[in-house]
This record gives sequence, C-alpha cells and structure tokens, in this order.
Amino acid sequence: MPADTLLDRVLYVDLTARRYEVQRRPELFESALGGTGAAIRLLEEECPAGADPLGPENPMIMAVGPLVGLYPLASKTVAMFKSPLTGNLGESHAGGRSAVALRMAGYGALVVRGASKLPVYLVIDEQGVAFRDASGLWGVRSSYTVGSVLRERETGTGLRSIMRIGSAGERQVRYACVITETYRHFGRLGLGAVWGSKGLKALVIQGKQSLPVADRRAYRRTYDAVFDAATKSSLMQKYHELGTAMNVVPLNELGALPTRNLQAARFEHAAAISGERLAAEFLGRRVACAHCPVACIHLATLRTPYPSEPYFYKTQLVGYDHEPIYAAGTMLGLGEVNDLLALLDEIEILGLDAMSAGVALAWATEALERGLISLMDTDGVPLAFGDAPSYLAAVRRIVSQPTAFYRALAQGVEHASAVYGGQDAALAFGGNEMPGYHTGPGCHVGWLAGARHSHLDNAGYSVDQKLAQSGASMTPTELADALLAEERWRQVLTSLVVCLFARNVYDPQTVLEALSTVGCPCTAEDLQRMGAEILRAKYAFKEREGFRMDALRIPERISQTLSPLGQVDPGYVREALAAYRQRL
Amino acid sequence: MANRLSVVDNNLCVGCQSCMFACARRFSEGGLAKSCIHVHSAGGIDKGFVVIVCRACADPPCARVCPTDALVPREGGGVRFRSQECIGCGNCVVACPFGAAMWDAEQRKPRICVYCGYCAPYCPYGVIALEEIQEATHAR
Repeated sequence: MPADTLLDRVLYVDLTARRYEVQRRPELFESALGGTGAAIRLLEEECPAGADPLGPENPMIMAVGPLVGLYPLASKTVAMFKSPLTGNLGESHAGGRSAVALRMAGYGALVVRGASKLPVYLVIDEQGVAFRDASGLWGVRSSYTVGSVLRERETGTGLRSIMRIGSAGERQVRYACVITETYRHFGRLGLGAVWGSKGLKALVIQGKQSLPVADRRAYRRTYDAVFDAATKSSLMQKYHELGTAMNVVPLNELGALPTRNLQAARFEHAAAISGERLAAEFLGRRVACAHCPVACIHLATLRTPYPSEPYFYKTQLVGYDHEPIYAAGTMLGLGEVNDLLALLDEIEILGLDAMSAGVALAWATEALERGLISLMDTDGVPLAFGDAPSYLAAVRRIVSQPTAFYRALAQGVEHASAVYGGQDAALAFGGNEMPGYHTGPGCHVGWLAGARHSHLDNAGYSVDQKLAQSGASMTPTELADALLAEERWRQVLTSLVVCLFARNVYDPQTVLEALSTVGCPCTAEDLQRMGAEILRAKYAFKEREGFRMDALRIPERISQTLSPLGQVDPGYVREALAAYRQRL
Repeated sequence: MANRLSVVDNNLCVGCQSCMFACARRFSEGGLAKSCIHVHSAGGIDKGFVVIVCRACADPPCARVCPTDALVPREGGGVRFRSQECIGCGNCVVACPFGAAMWDAEQRKPRICVYCGYCAPYCPYGVIALEEIQEATHAR
C-alpha cells in the first residue's frame, strides 16, 4: 500500500439520504491491488444476494489502482454492479479521463448506494460531493448536449471526467452505457440502466494531487522504460496507427468477421468500412485517454447535408473501433461508411452499448425475415440487412419503445428471443451480446466462460487465430487451461487498471518494478495468486447469483456458419467449459 | 539568449497530458499538483486541445502585479520565481492572460515554468519544444 497517496480512501455516496462519507480501506488495495480486485470485494459487501439490478439495493462501484497518475497507460476505471442485462455480475471498464480524475480527486474507489427520487448529478472533488439537481437535464435528447452543458456549468477543464447517461439509460434499456469524455464508454452490461434506475444522470469528478513515490530514482527510470516501450517499440503500434479497426480486413480474409447476424463470416464490403479506408478518407482527429501517449481513439468526420436547406451541413466527429464497425456495420450489412457513422452517431446520442445494440438489431432483422415478428411489432420499420434508414428508425425505437416488441428488444436478445423465438440465431453468450469474432471455438468458449462474457476476459479469439496460423489444434482441456491462465493474469492488469491494449508493455517483470517504485512491493507469485483469487471471487459472486456454467445456452448459429477452424462443435465447447469451471 | 517552451502546433495534440505528468515528475513525484503545463479540450474533445505554457513574455504581466517581487523578470524574457518571497496572493494567476501561472493548492503558491524543457521529449507528437528566444518573437 503506497503511503500518503490517498488511494485507500473509499468515497461512499448515498443517493437516497443525499449523504456521503469517506472510509479508509487499505486492505482493499493491499491484498487485491485495486481496480477489479477492490471492486469485487466492495460488490460482495454492498450487493445483497438476489438484488434487483434496477432497484436501489444494487450498488454502483468504481475503482482505480496504485499506478494511476504515476505511470502511463494505467488509465482505466473499473465499474462493478449487478448487471440488468444478464442479472448477474456486471463489470465494465472505461478510459477517458475517468481514472486519473478519480485518483486526483483523492479517492481509490467510489461506492454509490440507493436511489434519488429527483434526478441528480454529482460533483466529486477533494472537498467531497455536491448533489446537483439534474431534472432539467433528464429527457434531453442528445448525450452530446448533456456533456456540453456540464462542461460549461462546472469547473475543472482538463482535470475532470464528465460521465453521463443518455436517454437509453434514463429509460433503463438493459444495455445502456455510461459515456465519459464523449468518446469512451462503460459500454457493456448496462451500467447506464443502473444509473437511470438511481436517478443519476451524470458524475463530474476532478482534482489535482501530488503522488509521492517510494523510490524516486527507480520511479523515473521505470517510467521511462514503460513510456519508451509504449511509444518507440512496435508493441502498441497497431493501436497508434489504424487503431483496433485494423482488425476488420484480416478477420474478413480469415473468414472470421461475423456478418448479417453471423449468417456469414465474410462481408463483401469489408474493405469499404475498414480501418484503412476510414483512416485514409474520414479520420478527423486522433485523441488519447489521460496519461496515455498512444492515442488509439479514432474519430471520423461525418458530414451530413440538411435536406431542407441547401449549403447547410452538420459536421460531427464519430468514434470508431473494430467492435462498433462489426456491430453497426458488418452485422447489419451496412457497407457504406456514411451509413455506418450515422448509425454509430445515433447510438452515441442515445447512450446505448454499440455492440449489444447492433447484435439486437441484427437478430430483429432475421426475426422479421423469418416471420417471427411482423411489421406491427417493428412499428412499421421494414428492417432489412443493408437498409440504413430502417436501422436509424429502429435504434431510436429501442429507446422510445412504442411496441411490446421493442420493450422486449430493450432487454437484450436473450430475453427477446425467449419471447419471440429464434434463439438459434440470438447471439448472446451468458446473456451478453457477442463481440466481433468468429475465429473458432476459442472465442465462443472464451466469452461463455469469461466472468464478464467479454472478448477482453481471456481473448479466446487470439488463441483461435494462432491455431489458424500454425495449423495446430488444442484439446478442450488445453483450451480451457490457456483461457484460464490469460483471464487470471488479466485480473492483475485490470486491478492495476492498466489498459489491456498495453498488456505487452506491462509484462510481469515491469509490473513488479512499477509496483515496487510506488511502495507496493510484491513477488511474481503474489501476482499469480492474486489473479487467481480475484477471478475466483468474481465467480463466487456469479454463482451466488445463480450462474451455472453447465446451464449456459450455446446459440446454434455458431455451428451453422463455418469458422476458420472449421465447424464449431458444441460438444467440444461444453467440454472446454466444464474443464474451465473445474480448474477455476 | 534564454530558452522558453513553445507550442509548435496544438493541432497535433492528442490530449494525453504526458507533458503535464512529466512536469510534475521533475520533482520525482506523480500526480499533477506541481505541473506548470495545462492541456484541456477546446470545448469538447472533438474540438481539439488548448496547450497552456508560459511564453516567457519580454515584459511579464505576472511580475508587474507581484507585491513582494517574488516573480523577477528574467533577462531575455520570462520570470524567475522566488518561493520564499511569495505570500500566495494569487495576483499573478489573474494577471497572466494565458493562464500559465498555475496554482498549487497544496502549497498555496503559484507554479510557473522554469524553461527546463524536461517535458518536451515526453510529447510523442512534437506539440511542444524548448527553443531559444529570438528578439523578433518578442517584438511588442
């Protein structure tokens, strides 16, 4: 535990009583580093068994770690809550300025309890918490506007994070996100709906502290080594140049790019919406999270003419990455950049998770094609792959919910397909809509077994791609071992809140050196042990809330469309899942 | 001639704030309390960034409003800060039109660039650079 850095201060805010207090909890950061490790302990303490994810008893936790504000790329905030999408463990990470702002405000973690009858936003700084009336901001159509208003109304530019929900969060769409610094998100598993249920519209967090170190000389030396590895070596080059969108073309060539609700794994227009094309013709600006020199955030320029007024244009910068290109592009058959960007812009305005929204729309399109639903259900929207105006109309209706069908779709494809049928094509894994890979069994096992059902849990897609390259194969047990080892180590990184894109910069030796300089000496064995313990703690929470690995639904579609490693065998997947659980 | 830190092109700035952290690291500490550089968005990240550094004025307004001569004009431009003379009135913070006299809330004194250039190599995009002050750049 580093001395005098205030990391052990946990800020507890009660929205019902409109009170707050600070408790010093050094043990959270000593035995579990911070981030994911601290947050799962706080979630165990704060979340009663069987809690309603949208009830006041569901806590909202955010935590950072000992390297934030001291080392580059320690730039993430971990949010934990019970997910309204899966009804189980909710964990979502975001960058922007969130992590630096929370630590600079003098806190290692934030716990929000209860719910406010009146919509509120909170201003959090070194002095504590101010509760502000947000009833005027509630119902504002665009999340961009909410950001602009708070930017003007509150102080601390350059030293703050402005997190907010859009109308999707207010209306408790189960995959509503929390937006931070406009282009970063606590995207997955419905944190935005949790905020909506609490009447919490926004958080403004700011501060400017000194952070002393344990070994001044070693600190500067280790800092330079990390900084050089991030900026001068090839370790992070792909994030720096084309960004994650560089994956679109290789995945397409491999036959691993989910297309039209995974009815295919190649998209004929992939090149047209690729990272290369976007960078060459649409890239307007590249920006970075606080204390990250890599600048992977790519913003494209969308220029939209006004139909009624000649020579008027709306020019908007729209963030893009591989996953949004997949979810709002290839999954929906949208092969024109302007169509893709317009849909992503609308998703941002509403405050939805782009991945879940895209997968939900893709399933709905197939459901309409197959006659499981009718135009009455879609409120007259003729959903069809490639039909951009229909998707714009439909995504707004996921939030406005004019029919029972949209109300069901707003609860995710797992729920909607349970009501309307078509579960074979409902691409949810553990209740969470699928990411943009169909590389082989590894990716599917990975997000079924992963504690947050995310491709970032254990990177199964990477195991598949290596196998596809080498021509080797793995038994289900070997696959489970590989995924489990990766997921355990990632608990260490996300407890330090190091960006997972920097996982090759922060190898175990570098982590140990960095921790030592800031006064948290530990050994490689300690890290291994903590990684395993934190993952077990997450699973203990999941199983307490009813999760059963052997009860997971495996959508038939993943076996119907060939992957680069051939047909995905559900038996193999089940065996790997069982092995994973057994080894945990 | 004296050196100063110059903003070469703020359009290249990605807002990573590595320079701000570097400035604080001169004192072998983390955080931002001691930073003499400030980077903030120009009204939203899509609008780009404003990079605030001391431009080492020939006739520095911050020094003119200092009641205790804690800020002494430096030959060639800019100021030298004598912390022990400073009473923490904050006049300099108000006087600088760029906002380059930063406020250290922990010490209750201003923090002003010492033109050392430690930050510049930490900008991967060449936004800032240490340069020698030319007469021409100081013509009023």
